[in-house]
Amino acid sequence: MTSGVYRWMLLVVCALALPSVAWADWGALNMPVGVTEISGKVYELHMRIFIWCCVIGAAVFAVMFYSMFKHRKSKGAVAADFHESTTVEVLWTIVPLVILIVMAIPAAKVLIEMEDFSDSEMSIKVTGYQWRWQYEYLDQDISFFSQLDSASNVARQANSTVDPASIEHYLKDVDNALVVPVGKKIRFLHTAADVIHSWWVPDLAVKKDSIPGFINENWALIEKPGVYRGKCAELCGRDHGFMPIVVKAVSQEDFDTWVGEQKMKTASADMDAIRQWSQAELMATGERVYAANCMSCHQKEGQGIPGMFPAIAGSDIVNGDMDMHVHTVLNGVPDSPMQGFGSSLSDVDLAAVITYQRSAFGNQAGDILQPSHMRSLRQGLRQSALAVPQNNLKGVN
Amino acid sequence: MANRHTVVAGKSLLLAVAMFGFGYLMVPIYDIICEVTGLNGKTGRVSIAEAQAEVATDRLVTVEFVASINQGGSWIFKPQVQEMQVKPGELNHAAYYAENLSNMPVVAQATPSVSPQAAAKYFNKTECFCFTRQAFEPKGSKEMPLTFIIDPDLPINVDRVTLSYTFFRSPDQS
Amino acid sequence: MSYSDKAHDHPGHDEHDDHHHGPAKGLMRWVKTTNHKDIGTLYLWFSLIMFFIGGGMALIIRAELGSPGLQFVDPMFFNAMTTMHAIVMIFGVVMPAFVGLANWMIPMMIGAPDMALPRLNNWSFWIMPFAFTIMLSTLFMDSGGPAGGWTLYPPLVLQMGDSFAFVIFAIHFMGISSVMGSINIVATIFNMRPPGMTMMKMPMFVWTWLITAYLLIATIPVFAGAVTMLLTDRYFGTSFFSAAGGGDPVMFQHIFWFFGHPEVYILILPAFGIVSSIIPTFARKPLFGYDSMVYATASIAFLSFIVWAHHMFTTGMPLAGELFFMFSTMMISVPTGVKVFNWVATMWRGSMTFETPMLFAVGFVIMFTIGGLSGLMLAITPADIQYHDTYFVVAHFHYVLVPGAIYSLMAATYYWIPKWTGNMYDEKLGKLHFWISTIFVNVLFFPMHFVGLAGMPRRIPDYNNIFADWNFIATIGAFGFGFSQLLFVYIIIKCVKGGKEATTEVWEGARGLEWTVPSPAPYHTFEVAPEINSTTVTR
Ligand code: HEM
Ligand SMILES: [Cu+2]
Ligand SMILES: [Cu+2]
Repeated sequence: MTSGVYRWMLLVVCALALPSVAWADWGALNMPVGVTEISGKVYELHMRIFIWCCVIGAAVFAVMFYSMFKHRKSKGAVAADFHESTTVEVLWTIVPLVILIVMAIPAAKVLIEMEDFSDSEMSIKVTGYQWRWQYEYLDQDISFFSQLDSASNVARQANSTVDPASIEHYLKDVDNALVVPVGKKIRFLHTAADVIHSWWVPDLAVKKDSIPGFINENWALIEKPGVYRGKCAELCGRDHGFMPIVVKAVSQEDFDTWVGEQKMKTASADMDAIRQWSQAELMATGERVYAANCMSCHQKEGQGIPGMFPAIAGSDIVNGDMDMHVHTVLNGVPDSPMQGFGSSLSDVDLAAVITYQRSAFGNQAGDILQPSHMRSLRQGLRQSALAVPQNNLKGVN
Repeated sequence: MANRHTVVAGKSLLLAVAMFGFGYLMVPIYDIICEVTGLNGKTGRVSIAEAQAEVATDRLVTVEFVASINQGGSWIFKPQVQEMQVKPGELNHAAYYAENLSNMPVVAQATPSVSPQAAAKYFNKTECFCFTRQAFEPKGSKEMPLTFIIDPDLPINVDRVTLSYTFFRSPDQS
Repeated sequence: MSYSDKAHDHPGHDEHDDHHHGPAKGLMRWVKTTNHKDIGTLYLWFSLIMFFIGGGMALIIRAELGSPGLQFVDPMFFNAMTTMHAIVMIFGVVMPAFVGLANWMIPMMIGAPDMALPRLNNWSFWIMPFAFTIMLSTLFMDSGGPAGGWTLYPPLVLQMGDSFAFVIFAIHFMGISSVMGSINIVATIFNMRPPGMTMMKMPMFVWTWLITAYLLIATIPVFAGAVTMLLTDRYFGTSFFSAAGGGDPVMFQHIFWFFGHPEVYILILPAFGIVSSIIPTFARKPLFGYDSMVYATASIAFLSFIVWAHHMFTTGMPLAGELFFMFSTMMISVPTGVKVFNWVATMWRGSMTFETPMLFAVGFVIMFTIGGLSGLMLAITPADIQYHDTYFVVAHFHYVLVPGAIYSLMAATYYWIPKWTGNMYDEKLGKLHFWISTIFVNVLFFPMHFVGLAGMPRRIPDYNNIFADWNFIATIGAFGFGFSQLLFVYIIIKCVKGGKEATTEVWEGARGLEWTVPSPAPYHTFEVAPEINSTTVTR
């Protein structure tokens, strides 16, 4: 090919490359510096090795391109006949080795810092489930599940009519964020209840595998209040891409307030769960819960979307045995978009929405489920989102 | 010619078979490495006599207890105390509580794990409910004791040790 | 003059009955053949077909990732695609293609009449289509194809339905095929060299294959052991990898990567050999530092056994382990660097022309180096904690595997196809194939570095909008690259059918025994051992 053709090719490459550079969101190009001392150091290491790689690459390619340009037959170059030179060989073994040692020392230092768990001030146990996270504040007696927020959950369904771009933190938001104080060395203990997951928050430079039966550990000391988002990083099955992590770092006072609120919530949920509710009350609450959690798939009038999401109106399950209905709502339906709500809704919400479904949309079951009964039904289930139903629900599968 | 081929092929095949064996040999090797280095947080086991031979120190270490349930278990499983301060070299007692919430008898196996891993090999137990399977009546519950001792050689920068148990339904149950 | 001409002058001193006849006619020729050239051809066609099957899967993956939201496939099927894509490309494309080249070229390069164990050779090939039929058929079973990633980590992989057993079965057969193929190659190289063909006179391709064959013989059985343990864990109540029974899922990862890291070098060492043959030819200058190339290859092979845990930095390892594997992994880039420097030095002050094989070889050196440098970044443990399981890793291994291993295969095809067919391929089209492939392959894989660093995990079917632009570009690149490979097939078929007649030497600067036999290479070559003395150019 003539050199004219080459020049055209080059132009095409540039023409292709330019708009891509112009469209791209420049924020999405590099590793974040993050908000901990360690994440800053990791970023520095990353940039340092990156620059070294660029320098080495540039040097090698410069020699290569010079040679390809100058030493071509068409330019009349005659092949020299040199080969084998011990000096050169030794040189290009030693020089990279030295560069590597220069690189390895700071890397080792950061690694040693990362592995220093002493003087931690609080512990949070993180358990990976297919496909959500459970957070337990070991010294606070607070425990909750955290899973994909409902807006993303609607938009991520196949054939969803919601545009993912319209959701601000698509697949990066959760229902219950992990709230932590800034300025405290927090130890995270990682384990999993089913398969291996990996808890990764780039801004904190923490990533650790959660392994069923084992406990793993890492830590972070967040310096700046803010919301930091992460993802499950180890393939964990169908919804691996849909179990985000949100860490909300707040000041110590805000954290204390939050802890207070959590405890109040548990206490008032306890109070609510044990009192007797009227059907009207349950129906009112149930309607609200339905709108927030069920409507996106099962639709406003409970009619569902044929072929995709079954109708609630006239449903055999909803009009049939209460146990089956409860089981479905608590545990979901395997291999379907119907997730289990057993771990994400309270006793009251669950009892209310089940009661609601059994009487709304022309459904005839009409019976009511008291929150207190709900509570006794799922005692123990709270321990594990994927727990098998208790005996009175057996055989439903 | 054919003979020489058989020799080379035979030797290579031998290597292949040996490497298949080596794959399996990696299982015990891995266990030994885990025991020596504390990799994967497996705890050690010592006899009472060995434990009593240790000399107590003045240093205080926090031991934190954690409980997890693997999928498919209707359990309550929790430590009786959240954490305790212990002296390395001293024998300590702790307990977990477990309750079978189902109406069926269940056998469970608890698996221990210690974090940080660097501490695992210094965490020794003389008695533990994880040494054997635990059988539960329907709705049955029990308190399950454990006795442990922390080796005084525990690295000085470890001030907090987490002992975690995961409750699995025993695998050989039909 | 050519050695094989000489051979034809003196027929009648061989034991095999099919010698001195041409190939048998019809389909049975291919089923029953024990001829190294036929078997090489079978391997090469097989891997070309698999390349399009694996490529089709890649396009399904990239189509789904073209924009945020789920458009085409269910996440479960998506996972099956990523898993199968990797298994097909590694075990069905790159490995068999290298074996095919070994079959064709090693006997001709060392001056041997055939492979040492021709019947074994026939079996090792015919196992492959059988194994892959089983593997691919799992996609049509109720429980679907394997969806736990090509790394097959338990406990996830154990959640798979009963098609799991078929997957394991297929993997065993692929493994048996590779080990048999390797044994044959080792026996050929050790026993079939004519007098005078010393080890240090062998072409680099033969050397790299010898070392690769040993890597295969040593690691494939370990992998076979690991998957057998998975099988017994699943069906026979063992608990190698289940904590409940005293096992450990992380142990699987150790065993897997003890195989897996040498495996990635299995995928690249023969490529090193190919490039080390092509660059001297087109630079018209012998390979700079042959000896050090041999030593570098050997030390890469050795080091590849002690770096495996760099794939596992986030599983929780003792500090000492992390440091050891960081240092050893960094070390491996030294001999890798030596290779690159040697290629550049071979080009230096040569008299270069850039026919298609050379273009692909140069493309290989540049883009493999990019992949090697990102490998060096991944070796830095604290940084790897951020990189691990992101698209940055995906970018790394695709740079070393696509414009790396796959480019070497294309270079090899263009380089040797005149010898195989007796016809020159269409040079214009070859160059066009190189340029569009190279543009698209970078459009495809370069942006993956960015999204990976910015936080996009690998093996996900859907993502946030901030990753949308680069993913869209990558998808364009994927379709561009995928479709430009149709041109490759067209060029090959055109060349098989006809074209300018190739000379014996084919390339002006060609060195080595394979260029002393006529083009196309006769069905039997070197039935009389060539004379090799200190002045014979064999590499
Ligand atoms: C300079 C040499 C190289 C170094 C230092 C290097 C380093 C690494 C490291 C540290 C990882 C793990 C990244 C992670 O998962 O966090 C990795 C992954 C990988 N490398 Fe390399 N690498 C090198 C060359 C190669 C070559 C030559 C190949 C193959 C031809 C290769 C193929 C792969 C593959 C396939 C993976 C990903 C495996 C997976 O997780 O699925 N690498 N490399
Ligand atoms: Cu996960
Ligand atoms: Cu590796």
